[in-house]
Amino acid sequence: MSAPILELHDLTIALPPGGERPHAVRNVSFAVAGGEVVCLVGESGSGKSVIAQAVMGLLPKALPVEGGRIVLQGEDITHASAARLRELRATRMSMVFQEPMTALNPVMTCGDQIDEVLRRHTALSSAERRAKVHGIVREVLLPDPERIVESYPHQLSGGQRQRIVIAMALVLDPVLLIADEPTTALDVTTQAQILKLVLELQQRRGAGVLFITHDFGVVAEVAHRVAVLRTGELVELGAKHAVLQRPQHGYTRMLIASVPTLQLKERASDPNAPLVLQVKSLDKTYRDRRFLGKRRSVHAAQDVNLEIRRGQTLGIVGESGSGKSTVARCIVRLIDPSGGSVLLGAGRDDIALMSHRALRPLRRRVQIVFQDPYRSLNPRRTVAQALIEGPVNYGLSTEEAMQRARRLLELVRMDAGAMERYPHQFSGGQRQRICIARALMMEPELLIADEAVSALDVSVQAQVLALFEEIRARLDLAMLFITHDLRVASQVCDQLAVMSGGRIVEYGPAHQVFGAPQHAYTRALFAAAPGRGYAFGTA
Amino acid sequence: MSALVPTDLAALTVESAPVAMQQGAWERVRRNLSVRIGGFMLALLVMIALVAPWLGTVDPTLFDPASRDLLPGRTGEITTLEGETREHRFLMGSDSFGRDIYSRVLYGTQVSLIVGVCTAIVAMAAGIALGLFAGTFRAADGVLMRVMDGVMAIPAILIAIALVAMWRGSLLTVVVAIAIPEIPRVTRLVRSLVLSIREEPYVEAAVSLGTPRWRIMLRHILPNTVAPLVVQATFICAAGILTESILSFLGVGLPPDIPTWGNVMAEGRAQFNEYPHNIFFPGLFLALTVLAVNMLGDGLRDTLDPKLAKRI
Repeated sequence: MSAPILELHDLTIALPPGGERPHAVRNVSFAVAGGEVVCLVGESGSGKSVIAQAVMGLLPKALPVEGGRIVLQGEDITHASAARLRELRATRMSMVFQEPMTALNPVMTCGDQIDEVLRRHTALSSAERRAKVHGIVREVLLPDPERIVESYPHQLSGGQRQRIVIAMALVLDPVLLIADEPTTALDVTTQAQILKLVLELQQRRGAGVLFITHDFGVVAEVAHRVAVLRTGELVELGAKHAVLQRPQHGYTRMLIASVPTLQLKERASDPNAPLVLQVKSLDKTYRDRRFLGKRRSVHAAQDVNLEIRRGQTLGIVGESGSGKSTVARCIVRLIDPSGGSVLLGAGRDDIALMSHRALRPLRRRVQIVFQDPYRSLNPRRTVAQALIEGPVNYGLSTEEAMQRARRLLELVRMDAGAMERYPHQFSGGQRQRICIARALMMEPELLIADEAVSALDVSVQAQVLALFEEIRARLDLAMLFITHDLRVASQVCDQLAVMSGGRIVEYGPAHQVFGAPQHAYTRALFAAAPGRGYAFGTA
Repeated sequence: MSALVPTDLAALTVESAPVAMQQGAWERVRRNLSVRIGGFMLALLVMIALVAPWLGTVDPTLFDPASRDLLPGRTGEITTLEGETREHRFLMGSDSFGRDIYSRVLYGTQVSLIVGVCTAIVAMAAGIALGLFAGTFRAADGVLMRVMDGVMAIPAILIAIALVAMWRGSLLTVVVAIAIPEIPRVTRLVRSLVLSIREEPYVEAAVSLGTPRWRIMLRHILPNTVAPLVVQATFICAAGILTESILSFLGVGLPPDIPTWGNVMAEGRAQFNEYPHNIFFPGLFLALTVLAVNMLGDGLRDTLDPKLAKRI
């Protein structure tokens, strides 16, 4: 490895007084050498992004650097002037952000935005700049650069936008690239392409990369060295294989143990258990009726057929826009299907096209847990009020409902003291437990989890997944588990359906789909899973 | 290895610690400077309105021809309803009928505050009802909102003048006349809040829990619109006070015998050059009151509803 490009020495950054801890980052030291990718991993709130902002000189005023030094190619930039930092950005160091849509200016064409970097920092003529813009756009593998340069961000896909952001970052050949969760907002197949691109460009240029991520799969794909952060402190730093396979610190061990493996678990499920849900040729079409205009229609779900038996978990996996959430919401009847049937339970009541009035008594049999734990609970109602709302709607007395609520809080490993508190007093994982308890209060036959663990940190995710498994086994529930994450799916599903473009492209027992995927899309999806085949270890 | 339940997880549960208590909304409100200043000024004005009879005032309708057009601070005579003549110090001078401007301005505080608060209540009540209706029933939405757009297209003061002219000047008619042009703004705000809140997962969760639609409205949606509505209410209150004064000043508001700031100013208008105090004191009170309510509203907006603060 060559000389270090970026060095952090005992970097300490304060948090505003009254926060949960005095420092955002405390005594963090590490270095990034040329041609090296250092992954900074940690859970939300660990201070990873603060370090990135500090290096770029983008820290908000509320977070002052209290001690330590940031050295870029031998130059101490800890307290560099705003003018000097402006000179350094884009020319020596640059950054790629998580959400390309907000990182780009929506009212400027992509070409102009790349050109702006050149105009600021170079004295090139407009023809030279134009050539350079086209060159870099070609280099980030965007097809048809002529058209892309003239496009506005909203006309491009998420992956294309991120390529533009990368082009902007690399157009002046900086020695340091900071990538702050650059693929988190992208689908897994797009993520694989972007990761490959970043690595290629980095190797070609010999730049150092500080790669921030929460995803150990991504770490396994890109890192040379790994730095693990926990609540602002560096707990472990070392070469990739050392950290991922022989982690020293207890926290790293715990994080890595929490990463769901892609290996399928042996599961016993009774193929003759009674059917709880049968979905037959379900359709959902959105029609956009314009005044005097032509009609457009979007098929969000087409000809979907599913079956779930008692005690079984069916997983639906797919990328964003594949229609997996549409299917879930049709089954709960949060949206009305356009056609097909949804048969529920032994009575085989078809709720797909039932009137809302007739549906009401049947609603309690299907319950759903949503993705975002922060928005799933009414901020103005206590946990007790949230829990008893459903049963009381169906005629249970308040006392009985309260008793059931206490029992279920215990089941989801929450304190009974939680009853009188408000949602904002709980962490994301705790809130998700409350949401699960709220769904179980209705004693449903089918529990739907719509990306219910996607917003959680990996350690919390492992706990909530374990809770779902335990509940399914104890209450002999049928579960529909919707996720974009194959690792998660492999942990909990008996059956698996792969969706793409509103259709189910592959459907079968999980071991069969994972073991011998038939459809080309399924194979592409599996191939794109980051860190696939990497053996994480905790020995 | 059991991937789902790592062995040393219990020792390292990241989520078991309760999240640090968020600073309460009321705490933030109390610490806001404009809330403090606006609230203090408003409290002072409410006090003045309440204890006006004991602040050295006389009945604001009393007059004495001997004490016409006195300058502020002069002493003159005033005749009570019983026909008794008394010495009285005219702190803010007197008008061309010999009425005490100080008493009229202080009693006018009562009228202005009542009009402001009542206008806000009427406009909010009607706007919330219409907004909830428009946000819930898509069929009614288009028609109702076009009517609201129509009302908004007419200047508020013109609607108020027309309405008061149609009825007769009384406290009730003036309040209703001022409130009606404000209703579309509230309706729009409530409707937009309802449309965004009803997409929240907690509302969808309530749907799947079998909660009836009206109860979702009252229990889950309405309480979460309170913060922006409180802010809106203060602005309507300030606008109401101002509009009432304008109506009185134009002579189409409350009858001239009721002491309102607008009426006092209207009577002083003719002699503005010689006796500016006739307009200065009620004008000063009007300006301070509207300033106080607006400061309170700005502060509430900044603390309760940061998103709204950015939008404006």
